[in-house]
Order: sequence, then structure tokens, then C-alpha cells
Amino acid sequence: MNGLFDTLFGALGRATLFLGQVIGGLPGLLPRPRLVIQQVYAVGVLSMIIVIISGLFVGMVLGLQGYNTLARFGAAESLGVIVALSLIRELGPVLTALLFAGRAGSSIAAEIGLMKTTEQLSAMEMMAVDPIKRVIGPRFIASVIAVPLLTFILTAIGIFGGHLIGVSLLGVDAGAYWGQIQNTVEFREDIFQGLIIKSLVFGVLVGWIAVYQGYTADPTSEGVSRATTHTVVISSLAVLGMDFILTGLLFSGV
Amino acid sequence: MASPDQAAPAVRVDNISFARGRHTIYEDVSLTIPRGRITAIMGPSGCGKTTLLKMFSGQLRPRTGTVEVFGKQVPQLSRGELYTLRKRMGMLFQSGALLTDLNVYENIAFPLREHTRLNEALIRQMVLMKLELVGLRGARELMPEELSGGMARRVALARAIALDPDMIMYDEPFVGLDPISMGAIVRLIRLMNDALGLTSVVVSHDVPEVTSIADYCYILANGRIMGEGTPEALADSDSEWVRQFMHGESDGPVPFHYPAADLAEDML
Ligand SMILES: Nc1ncnc2c1ncn2[C@@H]1O[C@H](COP(=O)(O)OP(=O)(O)OP(=O)(O)O)[C@@H](O)[C@H]1O
Ligand SMILES: [Mg+2]
Repeated sequence: MNGLFDTLFGALGRATLFLGQVIGGLPGLLPRPRLVIQQVYAVGVLSMIIVIISGLFVGMVLGLQGYNTLARFGAAESLGVIVALSLIRELGPVLTALLFAGRAGSSIAAEIGLMKTTEQLSAMEMMAVDPIKRVIGPRFIASVIAVPLLTFILTAIGIFGGHLIGVSLLGVDAGAYWGQIQNTVEFREDIFQGLIIKSLVFGVLVGWIAVYQGYTADPTSEGVSRATTHTVVISSLAVLGMDFILTGLLFSGV
Repeated sequence: MASPDQAAPAVRVDNISFARGRHTIYEDVSLTIPRGRITAIMGPSGCGKTTLLKMFSGQLRPRTGTVEVFGKQVPQLSRGELYTLRKRMGMLFQSGALLTDLNVYENIAFPLREHTRLNEALIRQMVLMKLELVGLRGARELMPEELSGGMARRVALARAIALDPDMIMYDEPFVGLDPISMGAIVRLIRLMNDALGLTSVVVSHDVPEVTSIADYCYILANGRIMGEGTPEALADSDSEWVRQFMHGESDGPVPFHYPAADLAEDML
């Protein structure tokens, strides 16, 4: 038991020091935004399709379930609010982060692990180029940028999916669907606290876990495959746990 | 006419010891690498040749002893000073270690783009010059995975000299090459050394190739320097051990078998 705690907190401490190093190197990227844009593009493109498809299906399911329940109380015209709030406050950020971890996080970890295995990171060090600044930093910050953008996309598509089912198929009034969303969703409380803060935190978490796992992978093929799996498992748990904490902090009756 | 800095050897290693866990790799090893010459470090697999190069470049620190490169005490340098020193050293990795997401041209341009503010036309000139030197100017559009092992090593060599270093370290430059590529690499090492006035360190266990180009050799084994001298001197050394290593005889003071129980006992 003691050993387990030691390993856990030891790893957390090392990962935190590593994060400090990564963040310390970020200002060096300012004169070279291309390095970051390339990575945002790479991870964004990887995740875009699954984010769009998942958003559509989740929105449609919310539309269907929400309508069935609301119609029983004669409140079907509130469907838009239910769909929008569920997505903005919870499902959008969480689902996007989980999908991002599975698709982009794993590939970031594998890529860095492989660069380590094939001595590319050592070669950079020998060329007096710091791999933490040149390789790790751009991938980390790309996650922090990409997750909020993808969350916006998933949420918007989800609300559209709810519309598709609720309005086009089940006959909820289109004016009521959009009108109620406009009247009820608040920028500060819902969009800022829910969508923006959560997705930023999740972007940091997944990016951090992915680059740390890749950078500390054993330089063997098993090591790289373990880093990839760990990235997905640890990111998913961290995102779900952090979501609970954030919801508690941000939405508990303030 | 030689200032003290020029007269001093490129690398001076004094009484270093180093261990990985419980496994001692060096005990009191000392050696010097003179400037402008080709110095070979030979020894059986796993004796710590790559580790020694990592000490020169400051990626590892000895437990005791000193490592001095171009007059600087490597283990005491700050990260920034270490990076400044590394710009004067090129290293050819055992695996090539080309950056897999960049093509041949961009791989060689990489250190130039990172460390200089040269314009594109100048970078192009320098890259093509280095590629011409290793005979791969025509391969500049290829990706690393499209290269054979020998070609990859030549590209890595071109990259290692991109910043015109004062010293270049070759880690096992001959392993896994066909005779023609081998000949090409041997000639290149000699050419670089003589034409560019480099200091060269060649780490290898391929005795015939190394002795054909080295000016001076060290033999590293069992954590110590087992022999040193010019290739000719080593070939008829007094030490039976050194002669066995130089001539590649399988029987002698160096056992072929890892220590083990008697075969008959193990089988039964
Ligand atoms: N990262 C590491 N962790 C633990 N031990 C290591 C590590 N790297 C190397 N070693 C050990 O250090 C010793 C020296 O390794 P090194 O790579 O320097 O050998 P080498 O002489 O270059 O061998 P080769 O000719 O096979 O390349 C070996 O016994 C190896 O097992
Ligand atoms: Mg080696």
C-alpha cells in the first residue's frame, strides 16, 4: 500500500516538474507560431471527423430522450434548453476530451515515444536543440488550443442534432427550440464556466498526460505501446474525475 | 605559434568511473583525443563505448573524474553552456536518428534553421554542399524511410557536419553496411578529417575498418583501457589479450562464453 502511494505521488511530482519545464519553454515558441499551428492542425484534423459524428449522434439521442420525458409533462418546447445545457455544461467538454484522448492524445504519446526510441530526441539534444521546447511544447499547447475549439464544434453540432430530431422529426416548434435556448443559456454561467473553463482544463490535462507518457516511455516497442494505452486510460479517468470537481466548484448553487 | 588552447587536446578524460545501477561500466579510465586526428575507441559490445561518447557531450556525467572538452569541464557546464559546446561537436548516431517527419533536405537544414538566421538561398547552398560531399544530392527529396541503412547513415553524416563542427563522433559507423557503402563511409571519414581539419572519434568493434583509418586506438574492455597505441603497435602488442582482440581470434584469454555452469550439468 505504501509502495503504491510512493509510486503514485512520485509520478505526480515528476509529471508536475516536467509540466513546469514544458511551460517554461513555451515563450520560446512565440517567434515561431508555425510550429504550434502545424500541431493544432495535425491534432485537430485527427479528431475533427469523430467529433462531428459523435456530436451529431449525441444531440440526436438527447433530442429523442428529452422529448419523450418532456412531452409527458407537456413541456416539449423546452427541449432546446435541455439539449443545449446538457451539451454546454457537461457532455460537450467531457465527450470531446475523451474522444481527443483516444484519437489525438494516444497518437501524440506514440509519436514522442517513437522519437525517443529511435534516438531522434537525443539527436536533437546533440544538435543543441532542446526537445522539450521544440517537440513537446508545441504538442502540449496544441492540445490546449484544440480541445476548446473541438468542444465548440461538438456542442454546436449536438444542438443541431437535437433540432434535427426534435423539430424536424417530432414536430417541436422551431421558434420555441431556439427561443428558449436564447432566453435561458447565460454566457457567464453556462458558456464561460461550463464550456470554456472545462474544455481548457481538459485540454491541459490530456495534453500534459500525453506528452509526459510519450517522453517518459521506455525506449522499446512495448514501452511505446504502454505509453499509448496509459495515455488513454489515465486521461479518461482524469477528465471524468476533474469534471466532477469542476461541476462541484462552478455550479454548486452559487 | 600554437596558443595553449590549440595545443591542448580536444578531449581529455581523467580517471573517470561510472556505474549503471550495480553494474560498473568504467573504473579509472583516462584517455586523450588529440586535435585534427582520427582516434578510435574499440571494444567488445556493451563495454560502454556509446556511454563514453555521451560523457563527451554531457548527456551523462561520470561518478568521479573529469571530462574536459575544448578546455571546458563538461560535467560542470550549465545547460546553455553545454548547448554552446555541442554546436562545436557533431555526432553520428548508431541508428542514424534522422527526424522521420522531415525529408533528407530538411533534416540537414534542421540545425541551420535552429541556430542561424541565414536566408533560404544560403541554407540551400550549404545543404546541397553537404549532400554533395556524401554523394546524395540527388536524394534530397526522399523521406528517411525511403533510404537504405547506408544512405541514412550518409545523410546523418551530412547533418552532423551541417554546422561545421570542430569535432565529430562516429558511433559504430560501419555496422550493417555492404562492402561498397562501408568503403564509402571509410573514405568519407578520412576525407572529412583531412579536408575539413576535424577532430574525429570513431567508436567501433570492426577492427579491420577502424585500423585502416585510425591514427591512434584505444581498446576499452572490462571497465578499463586494455591497450592503446597506433594500429600497427597494437597488432603486435605484448599483451596476448590485445593481440586476440585485434586479430579476432575466438580462442584466447577472452572467453567466447558468458560464465556459465558446465554444459553437461545444465542439460541434465
Ligand atoms: N539506459 C540504460 N540503463 C541501464 N543500463 C544501460 C543503459 N544504457 C546502456 N546501459 C548498459 O551500459 C553498458 C554500456 O552500454 P553502451 O551502450 O555504452 O555499450 P556499447 O559499448 O556502445 O555497446 P555496442 O557496441 O553494443 O553499441 C551496457 O552493459 C548496457 O547494458
Ligand atoms: Mg553503442
